[in-house]
Amino acid sequence: MAEKKPVKAKARPAKFHAGDQVRVIEAYPLGHVRTPFYIRGKTGTVERVCGAFPNPEELAQMRDGLPAQPLYRVRFRQNDVWPDYRGGAHDVVEVEIYQHWLEKP
Amino acid sequence: MNDPGPYRPLTYFQLMEISLRELLVEKGVVTEEEVAEEVEAMRKRGYERGARVVARAWVDPEYKKRLLANGTEACEELGLEIPALKLLAVENTPEVHNAIVCTLCSCYPRMLLGIPPEWYKSRNYRSRMVREPRAVLAEFGLQIPEQVAIRVHDSTADMRYLVLPMRPAGTEGWSEERLASLVTRDSMIGVAVPKVS
Repeated sequence: MAEKKPVKAKARPAKFHAGDQVRVIEAYPLGHVRTPFYIRGKTGTVERVCGAFPNPEELAQMRDGLPAQPLYRVRFRQNDVWPDYRGGAHDVVEVEIYQHWLEKP
Repeated sequence: MNDPGPYRPLTYFQLMEISLRELLVEKGVVTEEEVAEEVEAMRKRGYERGARVVARAWVDPEYKKRLLANGTEACEELGLEIPALKLLAVENTPEVHNAIVCTLCSCYPRMLLGIPPEWYKSRNYRSRMVREPRAVLAEFGLQIPEQVAIRVHDSTADMRYLVLPMRPAGTEGWSEERLASLVTRDSMIGVAVPKVS
């Protein structure tokens, strides 16, 4: 819900770039996590880097969320996300994911 | 036993809202009038701003390029203030159809489209739009051909999305205002396409 501006100072450098393959970490911590369950453990391609934003998991604990986390839009093939997906092979879902939730596949 | 009837006690969040508002008024940060005006302004905001952005992009290819490159700046160009919002416009083409959802809550470009419709916040739409978008779009009366890719955008974090629909055929020479009247809220969420009636 929180709408914030990208933060330039105190931001972690971006580890990934557009076109990179990334895997979403499969973890289930408690708290205000903005990585949807359905995408955890899935592999996709970075569509773009959106800038760095305060970490919402920290903000929810009344902390400043710094250093800011680079935020990515990651594109997943629907057939990779849902094994029984019914639709075109080119259908995709794009999800915004913070860097600390991404790893190299 | 003690059925309160239609008179229910305040919920936790209602109580919190009242307490905070009264404190802010008491401390002179805002007045009751200002709060009421802001609530009214939010309620009155419709999707006309979004329609203006789309119509401008339809008539001005250079503006469209700027909109797709930086949605926030392109809105500011039209005098639309969209504070603390990073806007991404996503373009429908003969090959790609875009649709917006927020599976986590109800993130929505309110400054351009106003208050989100009830269905946008429903569990049904939020869970099924990523899982079976073609079936959901069909329920809105929108059949997307198999060869057209569906691109669903899950608005999970700090971006907000606006679908730039395709300009309908038969609108050649139309004024920007007339074009804007074709642009519906649903076509900017991606569950409909603009039509010439």
